[in-house]
Amino acid sequence: MKLTGAEIIIEVLIEQGVSDMFGYPGGAALNIFEALYHRQDEIAFYLTAHEQGATHAADGYARATGKTGVVLATSGPGATNTITGIATAYLDSVPMVVITANVGTSLIGKDSFQEVFITGISQPITKHNYAVRDITRLADTLRNAFKIAGSGRRGPVLIDIPKDITAASCEFTPAPKWEEPKAACAPQSELQKVADLIAKAKRPVVCFGGGVISSEASEELLEFVKKARIPACHTIMGTGVIGFGDDLDLGMIGMHGSMTANHAIDEADLMLAMGTRFSDRVALNLRDFAPHATIVQFDIDESEIRKNVLVDLAIIGDLKMELQSLIPLVESQERPDWLGIISKWQKEYDIIDGKGIDGIRPFEIMEVIGEKCGDDAVIATDVGQHQMWAAQFCKKTRPRGFLTSGGLGTMGFGYGAAIGAAVALKNATVFHITSDGSFHMNMNEACTAVSNNLKVITVIFDNKVLGMVHQWQNDFYEKHFVATEPERKSDYIKLAEGFGAKGFRAETKAELEKAIDEAIACEGPAWIVCPIDRNEKVLPMIPNGGTVRNAILI
Amino acid sequence: MNGKKAIIAMLVENNANVLTRVSMLFGKRGYNIDSLTVSETNDPMISRITITTQGDDRIIEQIILQTKKMVEVKAVRLEDENEAILRELLLVKVGADESQRAAIRDICEIYKASIVDFSPASIVCELTGKPSKINGFLEIIGKYEILELCRTGVTAMDHGNKIMVCENKESHRA
Repeated sequence: MKLTGAEIIIEVLIEQGVSDMFGYPGGAALNIFEALYHRQDEIAFYLTAHEQGATHAADGYARATGKTGVVLATSGPGATNTITGIATAYLDSVPMVVITANVGTSLIGKDSFQEVFITGISQPITKHNYAVRDITRLADTLRNAFKIAGSGRRGPVLIDIPKDITAASCEFTPAPKWEEPKAACAPQSELQKVADLIAKAKRPVVCFGGGVISSEASEELLEFVKKARIPACHTIMGTGVIGFGDDLDLGMIGMHGSMTANHAIDEADLMLAMGTRFSDRVALNLRDFAPHATIVQFDIDESEIRKNVLVDLAIIGDLKMELQSLIPLVESQERPDWLGIISKWQKEYDIIDGKGIDGIRPFEIMEVIGEKCGDDAVIATDVGQHQMWAAQFCKKTRPRGFLTSGGLGTMGFGYGAAIGAAVALKNATVFHITSDGSFHMNMNEACTAVSNNLKVITVIFDNKVLGMVHQWQNDFYEKHFVATEPERKSDYIKLAEGFGAKGFRAETKAELEKAIDEAIACEGPAWIVCPIDRNEKVLPMIPNGGTVRNAILI
Repeated sequence: MNGKKAIIAMLVENNANVLTRVSMLFGKRGYNIDSLTVSETNDPMISRITITTQGDDRIIEQIILQTKKMVEVKAVRLEDENEAILRELLLVKVGADESQRAAIRDICEIYKASIVDFSPASIVCELTGKPSKINGFLEIIGKYEILELCRTGVTAMDHGNKIMVCENKESHRA
């Protein structure tokens, strides 16, 4: 059958199972929107306030479900506005397909109106990208994009399509949805080596990251650590996999990780790193990281092996299958000595200090949210102090239930991501944890949540400063607070009402409980602003290049 | 960058932008490109790139693994400098008056370089060979006044039946 380029785009999206997409229209994209007009029953289009919000929404949609998120944007500024969102997805290995329209082929390279070389701009932050020049290649290019985004180590793919290609026609041959073939698993002999190391180890530790969630291996991971009784810590990307307070849960590792997790890594004789890439926020000092441990690194991406940390054994392949093979090879053990030391550390170090702080505490806010949000809720965060508190005190256990920009650290990620998760999960309540700093970056997406009646409850940790930078200026720059005390007069309740949402203020735990109940009961999105003390710090903190022995505790 | 020299050969899809992608990867990861050659192969859909770079074993391993991940890269190989056939082309314009011409011609003869241009004040010499041979020639000819110099960069191929082939045939031409 003969179709226009625009019709082919929509046809392939439907063929690949896309039911929702996010974006913003514009001149160069008009043919695509015209083709979408006729298929609105099959694909819901969510118009955001800004293309950055659309990419974060597609990203949140993908993180919450594992499905590839899809963005449609126009040329020029529409395309450049997607960049931060694409980079965010790239750094956290999130599957995403971004379609940008471009000016017609004859106008390309002439600095035409709303023309940018977006494939050049997006090259280093995409898994791959395409500039379509031949309509006969369009359908397969779109299919390849889904294949690349959703296979192996996930990532974003951008396809740039000139307007004349969307208008031209060619023969279209339907194809089935691409399904990922069974991923490769490391050979049994390699896994036997891991089992032998575990059998010999006296102080083993698992450190896992987002790879566990990407490969849907959370259940296998829990079964594995419970059978071998290996305590586990996680990176921020692994939040929500293991139960908070479980005796094998060491909490988060790294710069703002728990003292117990960092001590355990410091003293371990075997470290099993699973789906984590040893970023500089995890392995702060490469020379002194896990100094006594034999390190085994499991990753689907071979180029992650030895990139940051030298390891003794590399297991390349799909973590879920590898854990399934590994579980029968390990023996049940009790490890009373090692777990005894860990429990001693937990009692000694992992306590919260509250001296000289007024009002509701960040951990109390997270506690109330944890109690109120229900099992199916999703938490999306922005970036900064509140993000670390959310990760440290997130008591929910739900893989794909904690959405955060771990790699790029994108302030403004949270609202879009929460919208994407709310669209994906239809009936779920999504908590958007943010701060006065991050919220000001992309609060414009409130209009998207209102228009689509999405149950996104924003909790604003309002300390009137750009908290994380403020904390660094306090600790490392002799309290020279420059550009972190903005003196904003924003009235969040009025702003919420201005957008057509509900606004609440909560200064105590009881007020917060009440506000959350009311927010859940009302239609559509709501904001709850919680004033907190500006002297609240994210602790513990291991400075750049340090180890657990350099941790700042007060 | 410290470390030893390495020569990396790649087969890539002959698509627009492939060279940018490969060189951008080097830029992004902070690897140095000392020289780079690229040309179409006997299969017009495939180009061959040869890059000389430097780094310790870990960096070279990273370069190979990172380039291998690119969807348009079909094969990557670290060339063994002692095993592979390495060739480079040099053009050098040497300032030479009548009194110096004979000596320059002698040097060219010893190195089997050809004189491809001749003017009252200068001579252009052309030399093809291993990088070490070109370096040797330049050391001697450098005693004269070098007006202009260009080297193509190394291109490499293995002896005998060691043949570089694409690991997959998938096309990503758009």
